[in-house]
Amino acid sequence: MNRAAAILAGAALAGCSRNPSILLDTAGPHANEIQWLFWLFFWVCAAVWLCVIGLLGFATWRGLRRWRDTPAPATAPAEERRLVAWVSTGVGLTFAILTLFVGASYAVDRKLISLDSGPTMEIQITGHQWWWEIQYLGETPSAQFTTANELHVPSGSTVKLKLRSSDVIHSFWIPNVAGKRDIIPGRENEATIRVDRDGVWHGRCAEFCGYQHAFMGLTLIAETPDKFEKWKASQRLPAAAPQSDEEKRGQEIFETGPCGACHVIRGTSADGHSNYAPELTHLKSRSSIGAGAAPNVKGYLGAWILDPHGIKPGVHMPPNLQNADDFQALLAYLETLK
Amino acid sequence: MSPPDIEVVDDQHVPRDVDVPLERLRDHLDNTWRLPPGLFGWLCSIDHKSIGRRYIVTAFIHLLLAGALAMALRVQLAFPEQQILGPDQYNQFFTMHGTVMMFLFAVPMVEGVMIYLVPLMIGSRIIAFPRLNAFSYYVYLVGGLMVWASFFLNSAPDAGWFSYPPLAGPEYGAGKRSDVFAQMITFTEVAALAVAVEIIVTVLKLRAPGMSLDRMPIFVWSSLVTSFIIVFSMPSVVLGSTFLLLDRLVGTHFYNPAEGGDVLLWQHLFWYFAHPEVYIIFLPSIGLASHVVETFSRRPMFGYPAVVLALISNGLLSFGLWVHHMFATGLPRLGNSFFAASSMTIAIPSGLVLFCWLATIASGRLRFKLPMLWIVSFFILFVMGGLSGVMLASVPLDLQLTDTYVLPSHIHFVLIGGAVAPLVAATFFWFPKMTGRLLNVPLGLVQWMLFTIGGLSAFGSMFLLGLSGMTRRVYSYPHTMQWDTLNLIASVGAWLLGLSFVLFTINILWTLSRPTKAPENPWQASGLEWSLPSPPPIYNFVLAPFVSSRTPLWDSPGPLPVVGGLRFDRREVLVTTVVEAEPDMRDPVPEPTVWPFIAAMVTSVILIASMYAPQPVAWGAIPFAIVMVAWLYPRRMVSPPAASVGPQAHQA
Amino acid sequence: MWWRIATITLLFVTAASALTYWRGSRDYRPSLLAEANRSGGITMSAVTAGGQPSQQLSPETNSHYEVNGFDVNEGKRLYQWFNCVGCHANGGGDIGPPLMDDKWIYGSEPRNIYQTITEGRPNGMPSFRGKIADAQIWQIVAYVRSMSGLVAIQAAPGRNDDIQAKPPETMAPTQPPKKGGTPAPDERSSQ
Repeated sequence: MNRAAAILAGAALAGCSRNPSILLDTAGPHANEIQWLFWLFFWVCAAVWLCVIGLLGFATWRGLRRWRDTPAPATAPAEERRLVAWVSTGVGLTFAILTLFVGASYAVDRKLISLDSGPTMEIQITGHQWWWEIQYLGETPSAQFTTANELHVPSGSTVKLKLRSSDVIHSFWIPNVAGKRDIIPGRENEATIRVDRDGVWHGRCAEFCGYQHAFMGLTLIAETPDKFEKWKASQRLPAAAPQSDEEKRGQEIFETGPCGACHVIRGTSADGHSNYAPELTHLKSRSSIGAGAAPNVKGYLGAWILDPHGIKPGVHMPPNLQNADDFQALLAYLETLK
Repeated sequence: MSPPDIEVVDDQHVPRDVDVPLERLRDHLDNTWRLPPGLFGWLCSIDHKSIGRRYIVTAFIHLLLAGALAMALRVQLAFPEQQILGPDQYNQFFTMHGTVMMFLFAVPMVEGVMIYLVPLMIGSRIIAFPRLNAFSYYVYLVGGLMVWASFFLNSAPDAGWFSYPPLAGPEYGAGKRSDVFAQMITFTEVAALAVAVEIIVTVLKLRAPGMSLDRMPIFVWSSLVTSFIIVFSMPSVVLGSTFLLLDRLVGTHFYNPAEGGDVLLWQHLFWYFAHPEVYIIFLPSIGLASHVVETFSRRPMFGYPAVVLALISNGLLSFGLWVHHMFATGLPRLGNSFFAASSMTIAIPSGLVLFCWLATIASGRLRFKLPMLWIVSFFILFVMGGLSGVMLASVPLDLQLTDTYVLPSHIHFVLIGGAVAPLVAATFFWFPKMTGRLLNVPLGLVQWMLFTIGGLSAFGSMFLLGLSGMTRRVYSYPHTMQWDTLNLIASVGAWLLGLSFVLFTINILWTLSRPTKAPENPWQASGLEWSLPSPPPIYNFVLAPFVSSRTPLWDSPGPLPVVGGLRFDRREVLVTTVVEAEPDMRDPVPEPTVWPFIAAMVTSVILIASMYAPQPVAWGAIPFAIVMVAWLYPRRMVSPPAASVGPQAHQA
Repeated sequence: MWWRIATITLLFVTAASALTYWRGSRDYRPSLLAEANRSGGITMSAVTAGGQPSQQLSPETNSHYEVNGFDVNEGKRLYQWFNCVGCHANGGGDIGPPLMDDKWIYGSEPRNIYQTITEGRPNGMPSFRGKIADAQIWQIVAYVRSMSGLVAIQAAPGRNDDIQAKPPETMAPTQPPKKGGTPAPDERSSQ
């Protein structure tokens, strides 16, 4: 019934496709528990609100009727005692409802904590001004790799996220999966998630962090463990060597131009660990560029390189005007970074 | 035998108010309490009604300006991916909207109403420390001007109204923007602390004889509790903002984790103040609304002791909630649960007050006048906001709802319904007393409808937007998120709400241009202030009233019993004891003086200069000390030239 | 009554409009025109014929960078990001000369520092032309000048959220450039 109500409201107001609502399409147990709690609160609160408005209407009607009927002031002691009983009942009911709420919240909180046990993998997420650096930790250093803005997890596994900030306070939030966890500079917060349904889930930063807080998006892709392992293996590899002349020229431009000053592509001379800008080794394996600002297609990529502020005003990446041939070469090279 | 160099004051044979007939007494008092003429007199005024009016008008202007900013914000957000306001502009707009509304409108408005009404309600001529009162207004005024000047200089604060470092810190908060925010806090909190101290002393020591604590009007009780909240919470934010200024200018490390500071320190210091701040805004409002409910139900408030205890417990509990703003920051879970429980608990006293109102209305003889409509809006909007607050008090639920549009929905429901609606009701209610005119009713009806419908649709859709995953403080949103329709409804609702305030302003201005012909007590209310002419004379009460019940005008029909004995040739006020309000002594009242204004200007210069360099704080102490000496310099009490104090004045 | 309101409103609007004269600007979006006018990659030597460093490298004047707190702050960020600290530390110098003192080998004027960064200098200062955007170089220039207190305090940046390496630039003692090293071109003419 709750689901029907939510879908009806969502469809009426939102159109056909779903948005990242906490009420629909819960993807994991954390969001499920919180959704249940929300509906408990919602229906009780709605009933309370209707009751109070009803009482106000009743009290108004009664007061108006009394003014019309009885000219004498002051109320009799018996009525005062009745009113005391009514008000005490109201307060008692309020107390009971709040106790129910506290109890339910506490129970859900304990359940959520119990879900956090036994994580099978760890991912370190560093929040930057206006993108996400995602580092998969592994048993050995060679098993680790870094990507940006897109998170892959095997469905059904408990994943521990270690959250750090490189600059200001951000907040990690994927509504369909779990509640938020703030990312505070100077401390490492942890969040544990488990996604039970395969698919693409959208998240965003949830703490005001500057110009592009609005477009600091995050994509979480939950897939079967096989697919996940395949994805991990491909991400670990360095960038493929360019084949054609144009692509080679593009790599040269990347390495000698301003790109290499901030971006890393493993397997080129612009290697290393720079966390000033997203790592581009497997740029084309991601679904969007600019942390969800634009689709990851050649046209938008070209626009982004030439003038990122046209898409995301205020980002730290400067414009990069180039002559046409160099530009096409660079794009051709970047298109090979799958 | 007294030593020859001590001046003996002969207090037995001085002209007292019982010595002259009533009409002559009014003339004498007009003469004694008059102001110097012209602009200089306006700057010298220490009359609480004058200062209260200035607070109210200034705060109202801030409301209109910040509201205009909100209209611009909703234009930007009405459709997806708009470029009307870029991110930098949008950040300044929404920060200014929140900052001005919270610090320059809400708290100063309730302060202004307290300054104006509390002495009238307790039968006093003055507010305690009247020169400090004037000083506090000028400091507030300059603080507000500074913030708006920074807005027009493209240097307005842009890190949100709670200005979290490191975004507001030295590395990521470039320019002077967050310095303006931090220094504005100093301005407004100096003013607020001054007003709080004055209100506490006024309520405890200047009540009319016979007005024991259990006979005080409910608004006076809320003012007392609010003032205590101010005194205990404001120092926290002054400290926090001073730390921010020091970090930004001088290079201290309060909020620098690399050198032993903590980013969360700001959040604790700020929210330790800001949660009680919302009760600073809310408690006087429900005090005002209680008066409206009581008057139109034509019976004393049901459960007066319960309501008073509810106000006090609200005040006490409000200090135990602040971590509910920080549930997502990763603090220990058990601590979070404690604050969740306390956040739910505070709903009980507020609920008790509402139930007592309902009982009063149901058992009273209700006359449904325009101010009561706003009480209806209160119920509709505030209860919705309060219930969404209960949702946010639950930790797991808060982790999904916080920092989404559920938060603006909650805060605006509780502020618009719980503070603005009672303030508008209070305006309609006390306008005839303040100005001698009644506000236009049909215009008020249209305003009410726009207000309630606009408020419901704007903030109701924001609630649904938050549930749909829209985060707050975003300058735009992608079309693919399907938030378009709800945002458009929210924008239209907000514009209706803004229109209601335009109508309100027109109503006020138009009414002020009409002649004064409101009756003295148009609502047949029970408070002492309704026994005064409209508008009240500068000395308020000709003779100190004597109070023997909670609803004096209802229980003593006809002329009020009074207590005489004050001098009329000098400014004097009657001081009574704290609990039982027995007459204690006669206290001289300071003359109007321009030194509070000068002191406020010196303070303002020091505070503004110290945003740019640390030296002004030290060097500025010198002119400040000089001005304080001039302000506090003892003056001989001089009686003004008597208008006509004839020989009959000295008859015993 | 009405004229009072009208007068006050007019005063407010006039004051607000007057303030816009001193309105600060914040260009987080560097000018594309400046980028387009960047010349191709020829590294010149430190010795310039005729005594004046080439000014046609950038049509932008730098005057607005030094008085703008945002630009100087950006310069501070870029100083870290492009690893100026690697040779110059936080101004104290390491294998590169110190930048927070009063000795300027190639001149302390903004155009001198711009030339240093763009073209490089002997003994190890790389040429960054083509690696750093033009507007960003001017921001770094403004920051470098702030390290010796040559930037007004209202534009100087504060401390970083890092381990303290030195007092913040707002508290940096002003070190007026002293004669020493190779004089700036316009100083030669006054000798």
